[in-house]
Amino acid sequence: MRDITDRALDTAASQGATYADVRVVRRLEESISIKSGRVEGVSSGESEGFGVRVLVDGAWGFASSNWVTAAEADRVAAEATRIARASATALRHRVALDDRPPALGHYETPVDIDPFTVPFETKIAELLAADEAANSVKGIAYTETSYGAQREWKTFAASDGSFTEQVITHVGAGIESNAASGDEQQRRSFPDAGGGWQAAGYEYIRGLGLKDSAGPYAEEAVALLTAPLCPPGRRTIVLHPSQLYLQVHESCGHPTELDRVYGTEASYAGTSFLTTDHLEDGFRYGSDLVTIVADATAPGGMGTFAWDDEGVAAQAVPLVQNGIFSGYLSSRETAPRIGRQSGGAMRADGWNRIPLIRMTNINLLPVPGMSLEEIVADTDDGLYLASNRSWSIDDRRLNFQFATEVAYEIKGGQKGRLLRNPTYTGITYEFWRSCDAVGDERSYVMLGTPNCGKGEPSQIGHVGHAVPGARFTNVQVGVGNG
Amino acid sequence: MSTDIDPRRRLALAEKVLQAAEKAGATEAEVLVLADDSALTRFANSEIHQNVVETNATVNLRFVLGKRVGVATTGRTDDDGLDALVEQAGSIARVVEELEDWSGLPERGPIGVVDAAWSDATASATPESRAEGVRAVIAAADEAGSVAYGSFATGAETIAVANSKGISAVQRRTSSQLLTVSMAPNGGTGYAEAVSVDVQRIDPAAIGREAAEKARATQNPVAVDAGDWPVVLEEYAVVDILDMLGYLGFSALAVQEERSFYEPGRRIGSDLVTMVDDPTDPAGLPMAFDYEGVAKERVSLLDHGRCVDVVYDAQTAARAGRRSTGHGLPAPNPYGPFPLNMVMSPGTASRDELIGGLDRGLLVTRFHYTNPVHPKLCVITGMTRDGTFLVEDGRIVGPVRNLRYTQSYLDALAGVAAVGRDRRTLKGFLGGVVVPAVRIDGWSFTGTTEH
Repeated sequence: MRDITDRALDTAASQGATYADVRVVRRLEESISIKSGRVEGVSSGESEGFGVRVLVDGAWGFASSNWVTAAEADRVAAEATRIARASATALRHRVALDDRPPALGHYETPVDIDPFTVPFETKIAELLAADEAANSVKGIAYTETSYGAQREWKTFAASDGSFTEQVITHVGAGIESNAASGDEQQRRSFPDAGGGWQAAGYEYIRGLGLKDSAGPYAEEAVALLTAPLCPPGRRTIVLHPSQLYLQVHESCGHPTELDRVYGTEASYAGTSFLTTDHLEDGFRYGSDLVTIVADATAPGGMGTFAWDDEGVAAQAVPLVQNGIFSGYLSSRETAPRIGRQSGGAMRADGWNRIPLIRMTNINLLPVPGMSLEEIVADTDDGLYLASNRSWSIDDRRLNFQFATEVAYEIKGGQKGRLLRNPTYTGITYEFWRSCDAVGDERSYVMLGTPNCGKGEPSQIGHVGHAVPGARFTNVQVGVGNG
Repeated sequence: MSTDIDPRRRLALAEKVLQAAEKAGATEAEVLVLADDSALTRFANSEIHQNVVETNATVNLRFVLGKRVGVATTGRTDDDGLDALVEQAGSIARVVEELEDWSGLPERGPIGVVDAAWSDATASATPESRAEGVRAVIAAADEAGSVAYGSFATGAETIAVANSKGISAVQRRTSSQLLTVSMAPNGGTGYAEAVSVDVQRIDPAAIGREAAEKARATQNPVAVDAGDWPVVLEEYAVVDILDMLGYLGFSALAVQEERSFYEPGRRIGSDLVTMVDDPTDPAGLPMAFDYEGVAKERVSLLDHGRCVDVVYDAQTAARAGRRSTGHGLPAPNPYGPFPLNMVMSPGTASRDELIGGLDRGLLVTRFHYTNPVHPKLCVITGMTRDGTFLVEDGRIVGPVRNLRYTQSYLDALAGVAAVGRDRRTLKGFLGGVVVPAVRIDGWSFTGTTEH
């Protein structure tokens, strides 16, 4: 691969680039989709190409191609420098990057069972067994069982001498049971909506216990059809990790992306309420119990790697410490503007996209004391909410509204009535300041999402979230159910 | 134009892989080649900060053995890559279960020529020409004292399909999109967008002025209470209604799985609401055939408020005992067919008449981060963004802070009281849409925010 990366870097330099990097990426994917016992789709995909990013006259240019040859490396590198010169015609501030030592080395996701060597027929049989367990529950309208795996071989080289190779493997699977009656439609997902995903091998899929959990979750979907509506009001809520991870994602992960803060996503995803003055003024993001870290070294997380896509070493960056806002997800370009070094959060969706500031693993750290079950037992009057059903948050990441698949009433420390169509809404910092209990290590699990969207042209990111359960007080619930 | 999107070469590639699949034992096979040259110049803080171009091609093979179907995709178009593709798709087909209701790949049918889908000017756009457009947007923002953010995208693609039932089709398309958010002091923000097959039909300075003028008008917004409000939705907001209806309901698979609101003849909108999926409308982003190589048909979705039909691909059509309407997506496709070219009929009202019909209501520029709360009832939550105004006695009083809504889009359609006579071509998440502005009797706002 050195021949391609050297060729691209040499050409970029000869065309006037003051900095250049090149990523050569080969991606292998496979997926299985089953609906109500019918194997709807089994597919495999391979993609390979390279992208060249350059700085010329302080402006960025990027070009990419799926044709990995030395001649194409010349063409693409030259095209990138031409684009950078066009960028420079509408430039007000020259780009400056922080210093970092050249990145060198090799990294691979630890994998016990290579998912790409497990025969399709084996994987299909295991998924069909789980699907059948759900589909056989009386009242289920249809089930959807899915599996996916992705492996990337990434070679990164930069004009400062960096050269790294990484092999990153992600796997996921899940089952959704759907029940319907008239206009009412209910779903229960295991292990969470969209499936459970980790940086791991097929051992993670086998460890999920899809078949054992499918039946009880399907029964809950059917029971939801006749459950009472979650009534509107202000309540104490306990969030299961299957919902809490997305709360962290939307209301802490995205607003701490420093590019959003500086407006570079303003026309699309929006900006952030966490402006840089809040780094200095001790902004209280949450209660003392809330500590959130962007940790690219966390085992199993889909945001785990050794170097980000501009060659910065993986690290753990505190975002919120004991409730006080303390840091950002950042890049070599943005970090110097707040007087810091890059936190190593630049990630690209394949060879044909530029790296953007993305979440790594945004983890709400556990607090010693109570497990999730003990938090429920400690709650006199509240709601227990699990598994995301829908999500929405405004362009500054303040006003959010989530729906979950299921709610249980909590009375006197016991889970009671099942309630359907629960929703809750709030303002980000008011919500996190109301957090009065965070689960301990016993309920701390690594989850994540394989479909985090950002950027133009659009990029889909795989990000991780390790969270325990947590409790919040005085939260508006039951929006639209009045 | 790169040779990678040359139609003859791409169709020849599809035919070559088809022959290889048949030689490898496929009883049926379908090859889809997607090749594109796309570029996007992005700007923020009134300067270009991201500027990218991509040359890409993928080959998608559906390999059928009786009723067993395997799908593989590759971006490697050299001989080794294509050999591996055939081997992989075939190996999957050999081990998967039979699809009892497999109806076979679609048959060859007549496909019309849609010349309006292509523009040489768009295909030959350069980094320099996009930068020139961006500078015009920035200049308009500078003139108004605001700051410009946005993107200017141009792209050309070739779609080739060959299958063992005789389909051998190729089409080429272009699209261009310029969008901008303008930010003024004191919380002012404005949005404008233009989409066209032909980049020459986009006027960057006009788009820049529209957004900047709205940003100026939205400074110092005041809070209003949540609750039910009559609204005028600008075209940028109406896009989301069509997108969600297409995604949640106007798909044959959603109907067959009983997830859809759709029932033939059911009234879901007022008499003023008519929608079609029209892949040949030159006002949109036309497309001659779908990703299965079936000619795209014009499908009436809603006629004066009543449900007429939904869109089909080959599989859903076979289940329903009818022919595909040409709305298939690349295999494997568990999501079903979607209307990718939705068009809403215009009404008779001018913009002033739409606003003039509000005694006390809100004018909404666009929505942000919308998501279904109750899919079958089309209950959606989202936020207003980039220009929300209080209207009293038919006149705009001033800007208001953004609001959250939780609203059934079906109920909203039933409450459409007026439809604008002018329409815009815009991009939704399903594709190009052509939409007017509308006035709606009631819209349920359920929360407020600080900006």
